[in-house]
Amino acid sequence: MLKSGEPFVRIVKNDISDRKAALLSVYAVIFAIIMGGIFILCLGINPFNAYASILKGALATKMAIQATVKIAIPLLISALGITLAFKMKFWNIGAEGQIIVGGIFATYFALFHHNLPHFVLILVMLIAGMIGGGLWALIPAYFKCKFDTNETLFTLMLNYIALYFIKFFVEGPWRDPESSGFPKIAMFEQNARLDKVFGVHAGWIIALVLVVFIFIYLKYTKQGYEISVVGESQNTARYAGMNVKKIVLRTMFLSGAVCGLAGMAQVSGAAFTLSDGVAGGVGFDAIIVAWLARLNPFVCVVVTLLLSILEKGCSVMQSTFGLSTAVSDILQGIILFCILGFDFFAQYKPVFRNGGAAK
Amino acid sequence: MNNTAIELSGIRKTFGTVIANNNVNLSVNKGEILALLGENGSGKTTLMNILAGIYLPDEGTIKVDGKEVHINSPEDANKLGIGMIHQHFKLIEVHSAADNIILGSKDNPFFLTKKRSQKIHEISESFGLEIDPDKKIYNMSVSEKQTVEILKVLYKGAKILILDEPTAVLTPQETKKLFAILRKMKEKGCAVIIITHKLNEVLEISDRVTILRKGESITTVNTAETNANELTELMVGKAVELSIDRPETEYNENVLEIHRLTVQNEEGMDALKDVSFSLKKGEILGVAGIAGSGQKELCEAIAGLLKAKEGAILHHKQNLVGKTPAEIINLGVSMSFIPEDRLGMGLVASMGMVENMLLKTYSQGKTPFVEKKEARELSEKIIEKLEISTPGIDTPVRRLSGGNVQKVLLGREIENNPNVLITAYAVRGLDINSSYTVYDALNEQKQKGVAILFIGEDLDVMLELCDRIMVLCHGEITGIVNAGETTKEELGLLMTGAINKGVSANA
Amino acid sequence: MMRFIDFLYAAIKAGTPLLFGTTGEIITEKTGNLNLGVEGMMYMGAFAGFFVGYHTSNLALALIAAFVIGAFGALIYAFLTVTLRANQTVTGLALTIFGTGFANFFGQLMIKHAPNGTPKLSETFMDAVSAKGIPLLSSIPYVGKLLFSHNVLVYIAIIVAIICGIYLKYTRAGLNMRSVGENPAAADAAGLNITFIKYFNITLGGGICGLGGAYISLINGGGVWNNGCVNGQGWIAVALVIFASWSPVKALFGSLVFGATTVLQYYVPKDIIEIPNAFYVMLPFVITAIVLVITSIKQTKEGAQPLGCSNNYFREER
Repeated sequence: MLKSGEPFVRIVKNDISDRKAALLSVYAVIFAIIMGGIFILCLGINPFNAYASILKGALATKMAIQATVKIAIPLLISALGITLAFKMKFWNIGAEGQIIVGGIFATYFALFHHNLPHFVLILVMLIAGMIGGGLWALIPAYFKCKFDTNETLFTLMLNYIALYFIKFFVEGPWRDPESSGFPKIAMFEQNARLDKVFGVHAGWIIALVLVVFIFIYLKYTKQGYEISVVGESQNTARYAGMNVKKIVLRTMFLSGAVCGLAGMAQVSGAAFTLSDGVAGGVGFDAIIVAWLARLNPFVCVVVTLLLSILEKGCSVMQSTFGLSTAVSDILQGIILFCILGFDFFAQYKPVFRNGGAAK
Repeated sequence: MNNTAIELSGIRKTFGTVIANNNVNLSVNKGEILALLGENGSGKTTLMNILAGIYLPDEGTIKVDGKEVHINSPEDANKLGIGMIHQHFKLIEVHSAADNIILGSKDNPFFLTKKRSQKIHEISESFGLEIDPDKKIYNMSVSEKQTVEILKVLYKGAKILILDEPTAVLTPQETKKLFAILRKMKEKGCAVIIITHKLNEVLEISDRVTILRKGESITTVNTAETNANELTELMVGKAVELSIDRPETEYNENVLEIHRLTVQNEEGMDALKDVSFSLKKGEILGVAGIAGSGQKELCEAIAGLLKAKEGAILHHKQNLVGKTPAEIINLGVSMSFIPEDRLGMGLVASMGMVENMLLKTYSQGKTPFVEKKEARELSEKIIEKLEISTPGIDTPVRRLSGGNVQKVLLGREIENNPNVLITAYAVRGLDINSSYTVYDALNEQKQKGVAILFIGEDLDVMLELCDRIMVLCHGEITGIVNAGETTKEELGLLMTGAINKGVSANA
Repeated sequence: MMRFIDFLYAAIKAGTPLLFGTTGEIITEKTGNLNLGVEGMMYMGAFAGFFVGYHTSNLALALIAAFVIGAFGALIYAFLTVTLRANQTVTGLALTIFGTGFANFFGQLMIKHAPNGTPKLSETFMDAVSAKGIPLLSSIPYVGKLLFSHNVLVYIAIIVAIICGIYLKYTRAGLNMRSVGENPAAADAAGLNITFIKYFNITLGGGICGLGGAYISLINGGGVWNNGCVNGQGWIAVALVIFASWSPVKALFGSLVFGATTVLQYYVPKDIIEIPNAFYVMLPFVITAIVLVITSIKQTKEGAQPLGCSNNYFREER
């Protein structure tokens, strides 16, 4: 009547130390690289050559390194913004939209107030970008507080809405009258462009300052403490006398503001104009960075660099081997699957029938 | 023919480093009721979950009808005729009773037909149960839900029944009814295992008692040959004084006066209706009632978490209605509510003790940073005073055992020097020694002049600990009685609203 | 009047891929898994459907391929979330990234190898998926055009939605899977095989999403492969699940409304109201956002997200 005997393998809960967890992440990355290699092999390409060209493409020359850092800047800044929201268990996947709106706000000043002194103009654009991103993030936060509206889907819709606002500005009021053919917005004046430091726009300094700032904010301040409590349980937060709505709104504003900053850095430091590619999926990649880094700002830096190397390197690899740009998406997907799967071993361990537990 | 329904020998089960069961032996005969007696945390539920196929044992053998078996899943348990009624009901709230009952059975393999209600009727009649098969679970009372659970097991034709703390949520009258059903099952040849820590029930219903202590089976005795004192000694491992102090205090001043309070719950229903009572300095006022009679809403309304629809909550003549939770905390009103999962409100599971100490006081201090020094000292102090066992003050409280978690919570609330202490289900899931630590701590506060509102489940405890007991039924007060002058039966009748000692609005 | 019928007709056509996606996601969520990879699975289905249709000129094979590949995407998700208990939200996002990359990567390869750089479906294939009137019925004035003159995939979508509705509500298997989705611990204690039920329904849902993708590439694309063709419709489908309050039959209506918003710009007379094009394209997303708010204000116990969603089940959890 019964299946004979004990099951061959069963799963039990596991509780591992932080050091082991870190080691596990390394295994996961190695495993992911192997799986990605298998995929590359399936395309008929020698994976060693492919990986070599990725590394070379991302790190071999000064130019390449600068390009890689340029990719990393908006990614890191938005990942930090998302970290704030995720710490509160507010599933903000609207970084993309917040980047865009930040970019739009900053662009307004670049286009119409570019005669301000350089330092003032840049500062105004920074603040405008933050306010834009922050306001865009306040919308879902408000409805979450008021009606418990699903923030994941709401922020997602706002991404598309923001994207089509750019289309509106590009085709309508902000269209460069001098451009023929495809409508586009004029390039920014030199005055509205971020300065370069060591060959890359100053956004990287902003990003690194933010890393330290967000780390301290979350770990040592009262507001950071509130975020952790609200994230764990809103009931507990209310019970402790916290004003949950205020905390949610404030934190989401900050989260969006940081993402908006990324948008400002993009338009003012990288693109020098506003186009519908301003965010280009960075908002989604940033979610992955934040999650892989387990919401630790310093780890975010490492993960961001890895992803940026992958992305920059892939663009070189694909032209070397004549592949489509989408190859980096597939590789990213595969790597994510592997790391997600490996997370299992941080929480559980399989036990095999004949006593011995698997490692 | 073999008369043994189930035999367990040498069962061992660990969770990580925690040993839940070790070397457990027990057996049940057909047509017998076995009580499994043990303190909270002694491993009773874990053991029964092994029989039900929820947990897999690390070691040991299980024999059903004399044959060795491996129960790898609840499905295996079903096939062996083992049915378990869990303490926290395993019901799907949005489904009807019928859909819950047929779940996992082999009837209606393709399409759901109306006939399923017919068979449910037949079974419920033969055991004297009453149920409306089409009623949704979320519309049911606790005892109705339990009936559904029992029917679920009977529907599948179980011959071995396990009931985990079935009386914890019932009134004394409902308990009697349940016991009648169990006796009927016994007559029909079923083997019944009932888990409980209430001695009087053990003595009333069981044929034999197996005692678990710290995960191990100590002994099995015939119910007819034992008594409450012996069982307690076996259960705790030493002789215990089974009475709770009720110190007299000299204060006579109302601290809290609730006047015609009406509160709506989250669904917009009146959860408290026109409730009036007062709470004196240095007294413990018990609140009894069936689960969900408005206890939670009462706590939350006083703490400022739920808005009062009508009425007033006067604290030293100052109305609390309309004040924020933070303002109420600062007035010295402390509320601690131990929900079923023990962590939901009051503590942050992923944080350590130190950060949890800060929960109500973090905003003090002028800098934007959280000051942790005092909280550290406080943690050390509470650990010592309430004998909390923890690997360290920064270990997430989630990793502590239930009893220790509750002590952390209670310790913090007391250390905040409240003048009103509201405590709901303070001893839920605690072993006897820990429970007494809690009662002592509450009495100490009472003698210091703190007004205590004690929301409890165990009527025996409340009769000994409280000065007065207020009974809630469907959100209304059916009586406020002096604990020294009432009986369990009277409380039971008040809880169901069968009698109503109509309290005047000025009580 | 005819213009209005044309509008509704176009709305049905535009709503069909959403209906597939929504039905698939309802099945997935009802079994307790929030799969945000609909966009990715639709992309995978779009590519596979087109690729097979392009090479075989056989509609049935194309649809089977789209279903299988969509189910395969969902299978990856199921393995990660059910067996390995990975975070559902992030796994879904990863599936979207993977699926989008998958379709665009192989789509690009297909473009590279196609004559003139445009992979085009054959005449016979285009004929098979073209709108055809059902004899007699389609000649009823207005109604005939509106209801009985569609391409075959529209009918398949409607039938799939209705069957799924019956499956959920009236069958034993549907009861089992709904139980798993609401309260896996209770379903487990009742002896149901949680793992099997979840795997089955997640892959089934993924397959249906894949069909939605095929609709986009085979019908909406006009016979030519476009990289980026799904363009957010998978996400709208996820939102539509809420609009339909987890009922495939209500999704029929929902997808019509959403289809209408996507084609509205072609039917509003330009000489009367002039609205920038960008706002028309934005409209479905705005409406979805508004619907999200409205449904969050009015919630019932039955019409809510299954309680098990987003939480992975582990039997020995304490």
